[in-house]
Amino acid sequence: MAPARKRKLRAIVLLTVALLLAGALVYTSFSGATEAATPFQLVSSADPGRSYQLTGKVVEGSVEREGDRLRFAVRDRAGRTSIPVVYEGVVPDPFREGREVIVDGPVVGGTLVAERDSLVTKCPSKFTEKKKGEQSS
Amino acid sequence: MAAVGSACLFVGLLCALYAVGASLYGARTGRRGFVDSSRRAVYALAALMVGAFVVLEAAYLRSDLSFEIVVGSSSTDTPTFYKLTGMWSTQEGSLMLWALVLSIFSAAVLRATRHSLRELVPYATAVLGAIALFFLALSTFVESPFATLAAPAAAGNGLNPLLRNPAMMIHPPMLYAGYVAFSIPFAFAVGALVTRRTGADWIRATRRFALIAWSFLGLGILLGALWSYSELGWGGYWAWDPVENASLMPWLTGTAFLHSVMVQEKRGMLRVWNVSLIVATFVLSLLGTFLVRSGVLSSIHAFGASTLGVPFLAFIGGVLLGSVVLVLTRLPDLRSEARLDSLASREAAFLLNNLVLVGLCFVVFWGTFFPLISEAVTGTESSVGPPWFNRYVTPLALALVALSGIGPLIAWRRATPANLRRAFLVPLAVAAATGVGLVALTPAEDSVPSLVMFALVAFVLAVVAQELWRGAGARRTMTGEPRPLALARLVGRNRRRYGGYIVHAGISLLLLGVAASSAFVDQSDARLAPGQTARVGDYDVTYREPTARFLDDRSGTGAPVTFGAVLDVRRREGGEAFTLRPSRNYYEAAATGPMGVFGRFFSGESTTEVDMRRGLGRDVWMAVQPDLRALIGPIKEANRRFSDVPGEAQALILAAIVERYRRAAPPATFRTLVSPMIAWIWLGGAVVLLGSLVALWPTPGARARRVTSLYAARLGRELSRA
Amino acid sequence: MEYVIAVLILVALVGLFVTGPLRRGEREVEAARADRCAELEAAKEVKLREIRDAELDFRMGKVSEADHRATDRELRAQAIEILEQLDAVEGRRPAEH
Repeated sequence: MAPARKRKLRAIVLLTVALLLAGALVYTSFSGATEAATPFQLVSSADPGRSYQLTGKVVEGSVEREGDRLRFAVRDRAGRTSIPVVYEGVVPDPFREGREVIVDGPVVGGTLVAERDSLVTKCPSKFTEKKKGEQSS
Repeated sequence: MAAVGSACLFVGLLCALYAVGASLYGARTGRRGFVDSSRRAVYALAALMVGAFVVLEAAYLRSDLSFEIVVGSSSTDTPTFYKLTGMWSTQEGSLMLWALVLSIFSAAVLRATRHSLRELVPYATAVLGAIALFFLALSTFVESPFATLAAPAAAGNGLNPLLRNPAMMIHPPMLYAGYVAFSIPFAFAVGALVTRRTGADWIRATRRFALIAWSFLGLGILLGALWSYSELGWGGYWAWDPVENASLMPWLTGTAFLHSVMVQEKRGMLRVWNVSLIVATFVLSLLGTFLVRSGVLSSIHAFGASTLGVPFLAFIGGVLLGSVVLVLTRLPDLRSEARLDSLASREAAFLLNNLVLVGLCFVVFWGTFFPLISEAVTGTESSVGPPWFNRYVTPLALALVALSGIGPLIAWRRATPANLRRAFLVPLAVAAATGVGLVALTPAEDSVPSLVMFALVAFVLAVVAQELWRGAGARRTMTGEPRPLALARLVGRNRRRYGGYIVHAGISLLLLGVAASSAFVDQSDARLAPGQTARVGDYDVTYREPTARFLDDRSGTGAPVTFGAVLDVRRREGGEAFTLRPSRNYYEAAATGPMGVFGRFFSGESTTEVDMRRGLGRDVWMAVQPDLRALIGPIKEANRRFSDVPGEAQALILAAIVERYRRAAPPATFRTLVSPMIAWIWLGGAVVLLGSLVALWPTPGARARRVTSLYAARLGRELSRA
Repeated sequence: MEYVIAVLILVALVGLFVTGPLRRGEREVEAARADRCAELEAAKEVKLREIRDAELDFRMGKVSEADHRATDRELRAQAIEILEQLDAVEGRRPAEH
């Protein structure tokens, strides 16, 4: 095969492989992603059995520890709707009442049953933020 | 003093402005004086930024509470180390740090190139000046570190307790040095495109800066991972968090760039690719700087839009657009000088390596920005987690390691089958033997990706060893030196090549640690009362007794209260036995809340203090979450009876409450992790840095004068001075 | 007030330093020749390194003898070209054969 043709063939093969891989990537990302939701959305229209990523603020006075389990409520950033959460796993260092958190899990009987270790807390400082107690600058 | 600092920033801004104007004027009119003048403006800028930095650090050191920035991130009783490093925990401070590092690197590169690339350098100067102008404008007009309070504050806030860790304070300057240093090759690439001097000159002039950028960025990323592992309560080192990913992306494209420029230097190929890659790397560096402090990924890391969001996005957009236009209009000048002769060539290996690295960057990019993408495409915001990232990163990482072993074995242009046989025989045999041995003797086959990784790591290490061995042998044939000397001279004269090989070895070791520790970790979360034991992997962990300390912070961060535990750890098959003392620091809350005067000390920030036993074979890592419910009673009682008591007496009461924890000895929750070979991640990283240093080290320049003679003979003489 | 004074002082100092080359007047031709010399010297070093690298690769068995000879010839020709250019810039006459 002439060199030019060979090169063209190589380029086409490479491009096809790349596109196929990219396609697989894109497909699995859309099908496997977790939908973000606020407490209001979860309380009003959660799909039972489907996992959501809840974002909101920890309601003051709602934090209770029962042995290994942590119970707290999460409310909308600016609203009043709140949803109770039961969580097991690592509690990030910055976790406190009034702070913004993100936690993943399905809603079962009106309560979010969180996936283990999925709790993320944001720090109130305008600049640094934390995930599972992690820091960045 | 703040006025002096502000003045430095402002005059620095003028210098940057002048540098842009004078360099462009000098370039257009051919008047060298203006180009030299613009270079001096950059030197002056560097000096001014150093001055501003010194003023700011001095303010921190003496706890000058009239500086708003000092009040926000430091206090009179903050330990000195954290006083000095508190600057970059703030937005204003980090902007100034960016400008400082940029001005220093710019001054360095302009000094190094003052006699070369005469047409190109003025444009590079203008680009660097423009970047500096952006950051200085933000620093001077939007977020000034020299803002003062009308009256000095009574007390500072102190450094956020979660940041009080050495690794966390060195991590930002390392990352910034990395991001900033990539602007040097970027500026020269723009200069090359503008002046149509698209050969390899701009690459050679900025090669060291690209490598420095890559090294600093890598070090910063590694420090972040190390911090996560040693300081946080989850025991992992990488979570595919958007902020982590933001620093990884430019590092990936930077790695690709370091390799593909070699192809351009050798064969004049991949010119469009290289300029595009450095543009992408620089844009990703800006994006990395910006992502951390903005509301772009709103679902996870926003605090409401920061004031810097729009200017940064505009700047990034402008840089990207301008660069794309420039590359497109210069496409004719970027045509390759040569073609790919054969797939069995180093060019092909480097090309594949680039594709894998860019592929990795794409995966990380897609996953990181998926919340925005999904929102745009489907209307609902969703995100992907670590399992998705790991699924795609793992095979790509395996391909990368394989290529890092294959590349050194193949020559440029073309390798014949005989060459290939000779080169690959031993390393492949070592890899196969390793694979077989692992399957026979260890449970490695439980994780196929890890097994493949182990075999590939063995392959790469064998390649590096073979290269060193054969290289020394070749040198011996040429010069007759004894083998050890030949080896030393070999590496010394070919620093770039062998430094690179050492980096490959380091990356392999690093990924070895990653594979082993991810696939074979044993984890246990257990609630233990004193005397109880938990089983983790090969170990038995017994909670011996609780610890409680008041005003005795062993970790040096100034925490008033520390609760912890002492645990005896024993390896079940006999042998190892040691003690671990994980604990938790508690800092007082700023305001008296529902827990009252004394409860304040237990309801503020608290940080995990991990304890671990490190080893080459494995780490045993522990964190404790004490249960403070036993203290609620004593706290309430103390509030009731002693809330009006003066300071020193309060301290005694607190000490008594703290002691109660130790006496009551309630159960606590312990997380234990036995991670095999995780130390190799840090060791591998150290080897990578060593390799970079070797590659960066300047080679002694040509010394002796030439003697006029026949050209060929002269050439022979020059070559023999090897 | 302190700010304005500081700015004025700094502008004066920096201005003096930065406008130095402008006030000095141009030694254009001389500077250009020195720069070209430096550039060619750098190019020579790069070419020498390439020749040595190619030889090392050959001695380590990565390239066939025929391929190496061709590459070596090419690189040496390029190196000689650079040496010629260097001599031209430095004003030296090419050596007698």
